[in-house]
Amino acid sequence: MIELILRRLGGALMILFGVAAITFMLLYALPADPAVQLAGRSATAQTVANIRHELGLDQPLLLQFVHYLGNLVQGDLGRSYTQKTEVMTLILARLPATLILMVSGILVEVAIGLTLGTIAALNRGGFVDRLVMTVSFIGVSAPQFVVALLLLYVFAATLQWFPMSGFGTFSHVVLPALTLGVLGAGWYARMVRSAMIDVLNQDYVRTARAKGVAERAVILRHAVPNALLPIVAMIGIDIGQFMGGVVVVEAVYGWPGIGQLAWQAIQQVDIPIIMGVTLISSLAIVIGNLIADLVAPLIDPRIRPR
Amino acid sequence: MTHWLQRTALAGLMALTPLVALADETPVKGATIVVTYKDDIATLDPAIGYDWQNWSMIKSLFSRLMEYTPGTADLVPSLAESFEVTPDGLTYTFKLRKGVKFSNGRDVVASDVKYSIERAVNPKTQGPGAGFFGAIAGFDDLSGGKAEGLSGIETPDDSTVVFKLSRPDATFLHVLAINFASIVPKEVVEAEGQDFGKKPVGSGAFILKDWVIGQKLVFEKNPNFYVADTPKIDGFTVEVGQEPLVALLRLQQGEVDIAGDGIPPSKFLEIKNGPDAADIIVDGEQLQTGYVALNTRVKPLDNVKVRQALNMAVNKERITRIVNGRATPANQPLPPLMPGYDKDFKGYAYDIEKAKALLAEAGFPDGFETALYASSTDPNPRIAQALQQDFAAIGVKAEIKALANANVIAAGGTEGEAPMIWSGGMAWIADFPDPSNFYGPILGCAGATQGGWNWAWYCNKDLDARAIAADSMSDPAKKDERAKLWGSVFTDLMADAPWIPVFNERRVVAKSKRMGGPGNIYIDPTRVINYDAIYVKQ
Repeated sequence: MIELILRRLGGALMILFGVAAITFMLLYALPADPAVQLAGRSATAQTVANIRHELGLDQPLLLQFVHYLGNLVQGDLGRSYTQKTEVMTLILARLPATLILMVSGILVEVAIGLTLGTIAALNRGGFVDRLVMTVSFIGVSAPQFVVALLLLYVFAATLQWFPMSGFGTFSHVVLPALTLGVLGAGWYARMVRSAMIDVLNQDYVRTARAKGVAERAVILRHAVPNALLPIVAMIGIDIGQFMGGVVVVEAVYGWPGIGQLAWQAIQQVDIPIIMGVTLISSLAIVIGNLIADLVAPLIDPRIRPR
Repeated sequence: MTHWLQRTALAGLMALTPLVALADETPVKGATIVVTYKDDIATLDPAIGYDWQNWSMIKSLFSRLMEYTPGTADLVPSLAESFEVTPDGLTYTFKLRKGVKFSNGRDVVASDVKYSIERAVNPKTQGPGAGFFGAIAGFDDLSGGKAEGLSGIETPDDSTVVFKLSRPDATFLHVLAINFASIVPKEVVEAEGQDFGKKPVGSGAFILKDWVIGQKLVFEKNPNFYVADTPKIDGFTVEVGQEPLVALLRLQQGEVDIAGDGIPPSKFLEIKNGPDAADIIVDGEQLQTGYVALNTRVKPLDNVKVRQALNMAVNKERITRIVNGRATPANQPLPPLMPGYDKDFKGYAYDIEKAKALLAEAGFPDGFETALYASSTDPNPRIAQALQQDFAAIGVKAEIKALANANVIAAGGTEGEAPMIWSGGMAWIADFPDPSNFYGPILGCAGATQGGWNWAWYCNKDLDARAIAADSMSDPAKKDERAKLWGSVFTDLMADAPWIPVFNERRVVAKSKRMGGPGNIYIDPTRVINYDAIYVKQ
């Protein structure tokens, strides 16, 4: 187990280095010059040159990258070009909101997905199954923007059950989490359904039924745990994805997550922020997958490392 | 020296509602309001902040030697109590108001003025506004890293500041009123370093109380502010990360007082035709011109007849309809509110036949192929399409390149790259209400360089000389003569047609019904939202 974690963390470092190198090179190869962007409209050529020099943008790209890596090793992500604030400060300020939305979004997703998937599997081929599959299909293909605005309009603007925007209390998180959950649940429902159907056709389930085990016990004790495996893997992926920020949902609900930070930084060619967010979300993806890999053996003894 | 204190009443601005509280309105005491923006506030450091959101907040956090009367472009002394100028226009002496304090309790003294302006110019600050102070003696040495300060600023005593200029600059008083000339306390700037922009300390109408990154900024009234009865609200909270559509919904429910990003195009007509329209929509002129830059160094646009023909091909009325009529067709670079605007100038009338004839004369009877760059944010791609159709009517096939702003700006500043650029979304809005600000960077030879903003790459040495002559006329008695000279620079350059001036866009802000006061303090020509002047009515 320890060896697995160490091996994975070693791999994570390699991945982060690769991500850093590729993102850095791509960003600085862009035609948009951050110094021109910062200097604004009225700047003289001298001002632009001064800003470029102060930011170190007049140095060779490789040297800039080595410099960046040197700081990164010490945990220094640099300062934002436009805000002049430490990138780490900006990311940390938005981390709590991002984590809360990630956890609550995944909870809603899994709760809805697991329930619907199980119902569909038990009614395989029937009307309920087809209904659930249609609904989940709509769920996975509906645009985030539309669903988010729809929920906002109905539950916040019209019924006024929840605040329209902001962060801080439980009622603030309900609609954003529901949006993520409704949209993501479709994937889980489909996954659970096929896994369950697979399991329900297995010999041991038939044996259990033949022994006279109650149907509820068959499903809860035998079928569901086995169907959980792919779910765990999917949660691992979602952890990484949501940590990178969910731009649209954050924008609609005024949720102060990392996605908004990244989106604005891209508009302003604020390279240190873009780099920082990219690295943090890559790290989250690696960690998410690692967690999934560590949890899987707990559920399924067959893949427990010997 | 008294005549210097006379307000420069600008004819064009008289059209605006004068700033008096409307007869039946009394400002409510002790009110606080909520303002929303989609984007985070970048920085409140006055030497660095340069976007239209932080512009008005910085205005209200700091004070400057000169200021504008709210809602107008009339310059008045502010932190300065009075000032004198020598007849050659090269020495300005300011007497500071006594007893003004920074919000940390320390008195504002002359050396703070010197420090603040030197800081704005110092390359280490990375400030975008350094160039504005180019007329102060010693500028080149500080900007070029050869000196630590500006030899042209002297402080004989704590309440006197003397500026020595290396050349006369008729815009100098405007320069002392822009944000980059805001006065900051040295000890706080040095203690906070680059974090000063998040923890600003000034001597303006408001104090920043709290900043929750990514969520909100809380501003509180400065009880010691030196302007009587200002501000009129006890504070305001800026909530960021708010989608304009949602902000508007919240505004209609009374949760928000000013939706800073205005009304999204998709909702505009619905709101405008709604019952509350008159109470919540503020629609005002600004110092802005939307134009197509025609690159004078790219074939076949290097031919003046081609550029003239393109000017005649554009149906500007139709384009104003794309922005829901929130704009007026333009025929010259200067907007109508700007001194020097020539209301008798006709420009190029919309005339397809004449345009075709000119193209044929230029040797392109069948038109040609070219490219039109535009910002990818709505409504700019739609405007670009309208322009494309107009050009197609005279046989010119323009391929639209809708890109992120930064990429359009990069293409515009690269010689020979972008044949035509629609300026919308990046369009020129004046830094200060003087025509010179509409020339140098965007139409003068100095802007026609790598990374510059003269996207037409237009350089007319003769007009440059006239521009310099006009900016040397710093005697206020010659104000009208100077405005006229400037006006002629802009109308004469239209003979060379480096731009297609398309429209002057009006700004739209949405405010809650309880907000009072005339529209021009919500769309102030020099501030955008004038937090010092807005109030809640009873």
